[in-house]
Amino acid sequence: MSRRERPQISYFHYTRQRLRGSMEEVYKITVFGLRFFRYVFLPPYELGQVRKHLDDLGAKSLPLLTVVGVIMGLILALQSRPTLDRFGAGAFLPAMIALTIVRELGPVITALIVAGRVSSGIGAEVGSMKVTEQIDALEVSAVDPYNFLVVTRVLACIIILPLLTAYVDFLAIFGGFLAEWLSFNSSFQLYFTEVIQSLTFYDLLPGIGKTLAFGYIIGVIGAYQGFNTSRGTEGVGRAATTAVVLASLNIIFLDMVIIQLTFLLFGSGN
Amino acid sequence: MQNDNILIDVQDVWKSFDEHEVLKGITMRVHKGSSDVIVGRSGIGKSVLLKSIVGLLRPERGSIRVMDREVIGLKTRDLNKLRKHIGYVFQYAALYDSLTVRENLEFPLRKHTDADEEEITDRVFEQLRLVGLEDAVDRMPSELSGGMKKRIGLARAIIKRPSIVLYDEPTAGLDPITAREISELILNLEEQFGITSITVTHDLECARIIANRIYILDDGVFQHQGSYDELKSSVDPYTRAFFQVAV
Repeated sequence: MSRRERPQISYFHYTRQRLRGSMEEVYKITVFGLRFFRYVFLPPYELGQVRKHLDDLGAKSLPLLTVVGVIMGLILALQSRPTLDRFGAGAFLPAMIALTIVRELGPVITALIVAGRVSSGIGAEVGSMKVTEQIDALEVSAVDPYNFLVVTRVLACIIILPLLTAYVDFLAIFGGFLAEWLSFNSSFQLYFTEVIQSLTFYDLLPGIGKTLAFGYIIGVIGAYQGFNTSRGTEGVGRAATTAVVLASLNIIFLDMVIIQLTFLLFGSGN
Repeated sequence: MQNDNILIDVQDVWKSFDEHEVLKGITMRVHKGSSDVIVGRSGIGKSVLLKSIVGLLRPERGSIRVMDREVIGLKTRDLNKLRKHIGYVFQYAALYDSLTVRENLEFPLRKHTDADEEEITDRVFEQLRLVGLEDAVDRMPSELSGGMKKRIGLARAIIKRPSIVLYDEPTAGLDPITAREISELILNLEEQFGITSITVTHDLECARIIANRIYILDDGVFQHQGSYDELKSSVDPYTRAFFQVAV
């Protein structure tokens, strides 16, 4: 073997190893995530923990989401108004904002922000419990750690994300009105009448519905990273970072799949 | 033939991690009411044995019988039933850091007993009195010193009045005075509640205070065993060296 060939062979092996490692990881996350659907129906039901996580994961995300929601609507209105005016379609702005927010931006932006705050939080918290033997302590206390730590968090994420999305949707649409009112002194009644008239059940259902899947992804990926933390505090940091990256990527990928499915089931809405 | 007096029976247990064999045929029997101590260098597999006994790790070969139940291969539900009779004191206490001291102690009672609020509170304060930390009841684990954490970990392990308690390095990281206090506390609690225990440590002073029998673990097997005085006067070079260096 000549010297020139060596790097190519090692690169091939490296790529193959990485690919194999990634596939194994996908398999493990899938198995870890699927366990949720069995455990969620089995007692004991840790409703107290679910309530606690709803507060921790959801209510504490409200300030950030409030700011993001209003600003998102403001920016969308400010950016879209000149373009719509150029085509003489300025009157359609409330409808455009409502559809864009409810169908796409609201669910995805909310999920990405919650992923950044919550998935990393779950990864770090569970990871810290792992490296300090608290998960072992649960197990020795005859408490199933998966049920106590994972099911409760994933369930809380699934419940809270649609509610947060509805909240952000409303604020973003209100932000759009704010921009219109500040620029043109638009009527509140006219704006929201047009918003309500433009939205149908088939706009709301997929938009809110897909957030259930986003919530599941955020919870499962955060908990998986935490559960598989190793190498002390360094590992905890890595678990938190990886959780955000993987959750965000999966949300965007899944959104693409859901959009296609929605178009197939309900049409494109044109 | 089963001896009713034996609570923990470990026979020819082998455990490895990847290619590295840690336990190579460990055998030990712990009698009811006995306090057995395993000593040995750091990283030699003492905690691995303890975690295998409580079912946190699964050995490749051998048999571990606890209270006449085979732990290896036991279903999770049955293992959890058995674990209700076992207390475990972790090396760094492993207190749930999102819960207060009170909630940490309440946790096993709420999960596994039908005790009402008054009984739970009484039991929590009784445990705190036993370990001398009543004032810490509403503190968070992050507000406790290392010695205080060990005491609370100990209180949590025995709050359900288990038949067996496993101690993983109960005095590690403590100053000699606090370490001695913890060792004496363990001895007192074991005598008071008739606890059978296995303690893993490399603190020979702790072993001297609490042990009925000491096992020296090296190279995956127990090289020697006996009482503290027997081992201290042993002519075996490794045992002599271990005791001389440690003392």
